[in-house]
Amino acid sequence: MEPVRKFPDPSAVRDEMLQKYPPKVAKKRAKSIVLNDPEEIPQVQANTRTIPGIITQRGCSYAGCKGVVLGPTRDIVNLVHGPIGCSFYAWLTRRNQTRPDGPEGANYMTYCFSTDMQEEHIVFGGEKKLKQAIQEAYDLFHPKAIGIFSTCPVGLIGDDVHAVAREMRETLGDCNIFGFSCEGYKGVSQSAGHHIANNQVFKHVVGLDDTDKGGKFKINMLGEYNIGGDAFEIERLLEKCGITLVASFSGNSTIGQFENSHTADLNVIMCHRSINYMAEMMETKYGIPWMKVNFIGAEASAKSLRRIARYFEDDELMARVEEVIAEEMPVVRSVVEDVYPRTKGKLAMLFVGGSRAHHYQELFGELGMETLSAGYEFGHRDDYEGRRVIPSIKIDADTKNIEELKVTADPERYRPRKSEEDLARLKEEGLDIREYEGMMPDMKKGTLVIDDISHYESEKLIELYKPDIFCAGIKEKYVVQKMGVPLKQLHSYDYGGPYAGFTGAVNFYKDIDRMVNSRVWKLIQAPWEEDGAALELEASYVTQ
Amino acid sequence: MLLRHTKDEVMEREALTINPAKTCQPIGAMYAALGIHGCLPHSHGSQGCCSYHRSTLTRHYKEPVMAATSSFTEGASVFGGQANLVTAIDNIFTVYEPDIIAVHSTCLSETIGDDLQQIATKAKDDGKVPEGKYVIYAPTPSFVGSHVTGYGNMVQAMAEQFAVSTGETLDQVNIAAGWMEPSDMREIKRIAKEMEVTVRMFPDTSDVLDAPQTGKHVFYPKGGITIPELKSTGDSKFTVALGCFSGEPGGVALEKKCKVPFQTEDLPIGLRATDRCLMTLSKAAGVKIPQSITDERGRLLDVMTDMEQYFSGKKVALFGDPDHLIPLTEFLIDLNMKPVHIVSGTPGKRFEQRMKAILEDTVPEANVKNGPQADMFLLHQWIKNEPVDLLIGNTYGKYIARDEDIPFVRFGFPIVDRIGHSYFPSVGYMGGLRLVEKILGVLMDRQDRDAPEESFELVM
Repeated sequence: MEPVRKFPDPSAVRDEMLQKYPPKVAKKRAKSIVLNDPEEIPQVQANTRTIPGIITQRGCSYAGCKGVVLGPTRDIVNLVHGPIGCSFYAWLTRRNQTRPDGPEGANYMTYCFSTDMQEEHIVFGGEKKLKQAIQEAYDLFHPKAIGIFSTCPVGLIGDDVHAVAREMRETLGDCNIFGFSCEGYKGVSQSAGHHIANNQVFKHVVGLDDTDKGGKFKINMLGEYNIGGDAFEIERLLEKCGITLVASFSGNSTIGQFENSHTADLNVIMCHRSINYMAEMMETKYGIPWMKVNFIGAEASAKSLRRIARYFEDDELMARVEEVIAEEMPVVRSVVEDVYPRTKGKLAMLFVGGSRAHHYQELFGELGMETLSAGYEFGHRDDYEGRRVIPSIKIDADTKNIEELKVTADPERYRPRKSEEDLARLKEEGLDIREYEGMMPDMKKGTLVIDDISHYESEKLIELYKPDIFCAGIKEKYVVQKMGVPLKQLHSYDYGGPYAGFTGAVNFYKDIDRMVNSRVWKLIQAPWEEDGAALELEASYVTQ
Repeated sequence: MLLRHTKDEVMEREALTINPAKTCQPIGAMYAALGIHGCLPHSHGSQGCCSYHRSTLTRHYKEPVMAATSSFTEGASVFGGQANLVTAIDNIFTVYEPDIIAVHSTCLSETIGDDLQQIATKAKDDGKVPEGKYVIYAPTPSFVGSHVTGYGNMVQAMAEQFAVSTGETLDQVNIAAGWMEPSDMREIKRIAKEMEVTVRMFPDTSDVLDAPQTGKHVFYPKGGITIPELKSTGDSKFTVALGCFSGEPGGVALEKKCKVPFQTEDLPIGLRATDRCLMTLSKAAGVKIPQSITDERGRLLDVMTDMEQYFSGKKVALFGDPDHLIPLTEFLIDLNMKPVHIVSGTPGKRFEQRMKAILEDTVPEANVKNGPQADMFLLHQWIKNEPVDLLIGNTYGKYIARDEDIPFVRFGFPIVDRIGHSYFPSVGYMGGLRLVEKILGVLMDRQDRDAPEESFELVM
């Protein structure tokens, strides 16, 4: 029998984490580190400003807007207005895969476009250069659309990227040009950038093409960015079930999909944080309901497919979904059977972005692994505690300047896909529409939920709990591995994947088994440094 | 095709940079600051920069890269970031206990005009800097120069803010190290040891960004130049500054502040740049170059003569940083190769002048460009117009290499898809051997791949 692992008391761990901070910092961090109780759901302080000097995992609004939401669309020229760094660092570093249409189809994702601002543009303004850069991009590539992304200095020197976009759109005539005021200092994290991206895509792109492309069950997939081919796997499953994907926001997407997305009958959301704005705006303007799904984990994938089928209330679709699940599950089960004895009882911790820290707990659960602690970089309270807390969330001074679009029903195109009565009935039957329960109800009592975790806090967690695997990003990876604990990158998947759907689950099971059972962790100590080894060596030579 | 929209017709561009052959200043300052022992780099700007710079360095080294940030909000961006930086300094010394915080700026804090010196002084006056601890600073506006400029600015700050002249001259030579890998810095120290010269190298990232796996995370690894060593650079006999873009600012600052004479040399990449560097070092220290080093030179030369047929006349395209490209181009010419297309995103007239001098006798027709719009898009177009046999540059070159089917050697920064650069040197004669081995490797693999079966060679 394996010995039962003893863990420190989580509230003592929390105290120890806070102890070293200056009093003001300790007071603030205390509100972001909570002991979970899935029944009570304590309040978590989230989406507040980062404490200077604390070593955060967070990035900026530009990263959330350009890097995350717009980055994956292959046929928009994403032009970064600023000095060179911002565009360079977001160049191919997120693994949004895409499949262009044929050898001639547009794909600008391998390119990095920048106005490369110099000192004179900071002093005299950069609008002229921006216009010229748009003209040059147009002359070289003739793209359908150009997006302009503002970086830190742009807002400060007062360049009006929206005016430039309007002017150039008129000048060029056949190119949709729109700007994003996603300066890095906006908001407190990537999250502000998501919101800015949602607003501008909604305003300038969604609804431009009314063509009904056909299909009986038409959905949009929201907040799935096709990291490592996740969206390809989901697309495969949808197609197999006979569900039409009208648009993807924005993994493996084109601007044409966004333009046409309002013709779908249901929006399903993977990443609630980054795209819930779009779902709400589309429902208000066009009458398309939305529903949270999760394609991370085999069980979760099966459940999500069933939920989509339930929404459409079509017997044939429901039967087809069951057939697909029945076809997909055997291979999943056989791999779990193989892996489970080597993974069960192992401990995981997850500190990732704004959705995966929740989703991946499902996969670890399938492996018999426990999640001891989890948190987001930039989740909001609703991502932790569920959307029911939204009315009580106060927008603080750092976020109040992020625009909230006033959206109303489209006079011609608003068409409720289901009556309120039908939606209420479906809800009654257990189909939670317009809901997201958040991460905390799915975590055990006494687990530690930590928002915007600092380097110091993660080091303490590892030291005190010695987890078997830690999930975070590239900045954390080698730090944690130096401590002798494997780190699974849940942003880049360590260049593997997909992890979504049934194929993805199998990939994940194998990767985690490989990582938590790798021989290398047992080789860290040099044999001559083991207790008494030196003495023995010396003694054996002396006796000769 | 990965770069399917790149056409061979070159259109003059004035405003649009596509696929840059550079990045921005602060990452260079962050890298340099990691070459001081017990130092935590600090990025005074909004936190996105710091995350991006840490991520890029981490991907390149597969090592922890620690740095803190002032985490500007919109309010601070309008009213100034002084409070953020002072708070950060307090929190850093309390929680992470470095010996030094090395602050650099970003386009944000430079645009609003934050004065790093004034804020650092204020932090000290407010008692936020514990006794015996330091805050140094280097302005690194991202809209000037490139990452290489940022590195040079932090090297300059090290010399300016630490070096002390006591009047006594120590028997030691400074090396103001240009942008090199930890492996390169380690190799230069090995050569110096072989020559019995005491060198003070700054920055020195060996034993920082190539740290061993021990089961413990050492927040401040054992490497890096120490504060007493840095202070003593003001009493050294001489400074050899390596790289006129990245190392020279250190030599200039030491001469200005402490009257330590200096000479700038190219990074010792290839045969002749290594010759010059070692002769300058031997002259500065008053020592002879030992037989063991002469033998290393001979071994490199031996391979160059033995394998001459595989190099001769081969056309090369290269991109990267000026201090790397200058000696590399010279070395390629010494191998009888033909560097025909060269771009560097880093601006500066000295690059053009040096390149012209190096190329004029052998490849006067070469395309050479640096500064804005001297980017990889242009390089690719040049290659389409005049194909090459070899491409040398950082990881981003792999897209061109695959589309055009060109043998490719990874060299420079960043290399995020292979290891080796941080463990095996490219400088000195041994580094020259490694470069030659890598070039031969890809050229011969290509010959093997393409040879008809009847002329597939066993011995090459």
